[in-house]
Amino acid sequence: MDDVILKVEGITKTFPGVKALDNVSFDIRPGEVHALVGENGAGKSTLMKALAGLHKPDSGQIVYQGAPTEVTGPLDARQKGILLIHQELSLSPELSVAENIYLGAWPTNRFGVLKKRELRRNASKALEALGCGFGPDVRVGTLSVAMQQMVEIARAEAFSANVVIFDEPTASLTDTEKDQLFHTIRGLKARGVGIVYISHKMDEIFDITDRITVLRDGQVQGTVDTADTDLNQVTRMMIGRTLDTFFVKAKAEFGEEVLRVEELSKSGLFQDVSFSVREGEVLGLYGLVGAGRSEVVETVFGVRRADGGKIFWKGGDIALPTPRQSIDMGMALVPESRKEQGLVLMMGGRENTSLPHLSLFSELSVMNRPKELATFEKYRSALSIKTTGPDQAVSQLSGGNQQKFVLAKWLCADPKLIILDEPTRGIDVGSKSAIHELIADLAERGLAVIVISSEMPEVLGVSHRVLAMSEGAVVAEFEGDDMTEENLIDAVSHHRGEAAA
Amino acid sequence: MSLATESQTGSPLQSVLGWLLRNHIWVFLALTVVVFSLASPYFLTVNNIGNILTQGAFIGILAIGMTLVMIDGEIDLSVGAILALASALAIGLQDHMGVWPAVFLGLMSGAALGFVNGTLVALSGMHSFIVTLGGLIGIRGLVFVYSGENALMVQDFSYTEIPEIYIGPISLTAMLFLALALFFQWVLSSTRHGRETYAVGDNIEAAHDAGINVKRHKIINFTICGTLAAVCGILLSMRLGTAEPNAGKIWELWTIIAVVLGGTRLQGGFGSMWMTIGGVLTLAVLRNGLRLLNTPNYVELMVMGGVLVLALVLDKLLNHKGDT
Repeated sequence: MDDVILKVEGITKTFPGVKALDNVSFDIRPGEVHALVGENGAGKSTLMKALAGLHKPDSGQIVYQGAPTEVTGPLDARQKGILLIHQELSLSPELSVAENIYLGAWPTNRFGVLKKRELRRNASKALEALGCGFGPDVRVGTLSVAMQQMVEIARAEAFSANVVIFDEPTASLTDTEKDQLFHTIRGLKARGVGIVYISHKMDEIFDITDRITVLRDGQVQGTVDTADTDLNQVTRMMIGRTLDTFFVKAKAEFGEEVLRVEELSKSGLFQDVSFSVREGEVLGLYGLVGAGRSEVVETVFGVRRADGGKIFWKGGDIALPTPRQSIDMGMALVPESRKEQGLVLMMGGRENTSLPHLSLFSELSVMNRPKELATFEKYRSALSIKTTGPDQAVSQLSGGNQQKFVLAKWLCADPKLIILDEPTRGIDVGSKSAIHELIADLAERGLAVIVISSEMPEVLGVSHRVLAMSEGAVVAEFEGDDMTEENLIDAVSHHRGEAAA
Repeated sequence: MSLATESQTGSPLQSVLGWLLRNHIWVFLALTVVVFSLASPYFLTVNNIGNILTQGAFIGILAIGMTLVMIDGEIDLSVGAILALASALAIGLQDHMGVWPAVFLGLMSGAALGFVNGTLVALSGMHSFIVTLGGLIGIRGLVFVYSGENALMVQDFSYTEIPEIYIGPISLTAMLFLALALFFQWVLSSTRHGRETYAVGDNIEAAHDAGINVKRHKIINFTICGTLAAVCGILLSMRLGTAEPNAGKIWELWTIIAVVLGGTRLQGGFGSMWMTIGGVLTLAVLRNGLRLLNTPNYVELMVMGGVLVLALVLDKLLNHKGDT
């Protein structure tokens, strides 16, 4: 085909223990915006890094402008005209805009002396072509995130890129900035640049893209024209699992109400969120990334301050608690990013388990080691954690076993309510079902449990009741037989459709 | 578009203020000069200024290499030991092969050791603090082995006259320091290698993603740093006419202090030779001024320690870099 600028043929890439890409093929046409969607870990970023020369595929080839091409490194990719705009911007804050546009490829004479005027002139041209409101001499660190992104996009002009890959470009942009970005993308498109657009945000995908390729577990599920499809179909392609995961649901025996939230609001994040959860109940919170789920529970726990609303603990109004108060009352929040918030990676399992409750394990500030060890052993066997000993650094453990230690450290304080934010993200199937069993077990022992998940089968499988969230609002609540994938998709996409329209 | 920048080009006054904020060490230097001028009649004399420049030049030459390495986000603790080795070789070998071949070999020893430091840092992934701490101890040991634990004396005293060239009160050593500093400032601001230095220290992933050969780059800067340490050692051997095995002990620390005092960021990505010159001169002025006032040695150390902390607090307040 003549109208294909870049074609990926049967690329496979294996990392230790994971097949990140499995025989992936897709193509990009000049002047199109091609969406690449899939759940976290589906292989989108790996694929893009292979195109940009940051990963070398194990097999398969890249056909660029009609000829099989090997991209040897990031600079090579850029000089060939393939540009990756990173999600976490790849800029040097202390250098100027012009220097960043040409980062690593500065124009120099043969003695390595910079041609500053040429650098400045070319950078100015690229910035003008994009209509940027800042000059080439500004230090990048003083620019806003959106402007920094424009600096990266200016590289497309500077290197006359034929293919530009955007990885989650709107993650930290405001709505106005997003409109400007889309304007820029349409400009690139009009000039025949092939664009790959990776995003979790479905409304954006339907807004800007021409075709959509869906990845799941490293495999291409299909490519569809955006005009001929709808959110339902794409979502189904993204989540429809072939893996039969067996879910255990706790017996539905509920006790007293533990937590009730009334009309909780935080401007810009969520509005008028109300729900309650009882002893022995598992409440699911479903929604796509960015729906405000984590923000709601973080506010309940006290990490964020709400603007309005009430929180009741066992029937009593507790105003807005601080995290310390929440922990003391018996609330536990197991955060999403266990590496950043959950664990001290260099410490062993023993120290990590006792960390939030050192007062339980010490007298006059002196640690009671036998007690600490006993607790460690108790949870190691209860959660069947695979570790060589109490002091093996948790950084050496698998994601599943790390997650179990995160749970252990909250469980040993004997909480009444435990909130799990994406408890099985990024861990293997075996550990997933162990954690699902644990959730059921906790509920049967009388704990109230809130589970946040973007995986529909999981949230339906473990919960007694599910709240669907979209764009900061609870849009539906399902119980019993109403808890089906169709209903959840409808609730979330209907709302999104309205919002987009 | 509604995109607007926070600070672009302002009035000349603003840009001067901006430069002073970023190079606050020069304000600090001016202050110390004023204080000592008032405190001692001997301070602000042509002779004494010449002395300060010559005294400061030794740490200054080390500080140039250290600045490059520190903007890269690394550190080199072995410069004091490399200095001692180069100085010992330059004096020890000249009886066998003549002055200039010995000087050349001394320089090469510094380049080679810097290269080894850089290679170990770049290829092993060990932190440069550890690698060059090993160098600090190991190379000093080598100096003792080579010199047989004695100070080596120069036989032909014309060697000590080589640096005795003055332009007005400014010695050859001081001129060399200033020339090297200006040259490397030009390297930093006007060459590819200079841009790479900032890019690597500022955001190493971005630099790598942009296709910069980070490893080769770091090896080059460590080699420059080692070579400059050898230059310093040879100048010292010319000045003293002897090479002591203990020469340059803890000079690496004074060097780091001078660079940090100047405002170059320990975590890398930010700094310049202007700042380092300011830091070096401030350090030299403090030492010289305190001695003119007959301050006891231990008090001098206390004052220097206090000044270092104060300068860093000032830097934090003025530039409030929350991104530590």
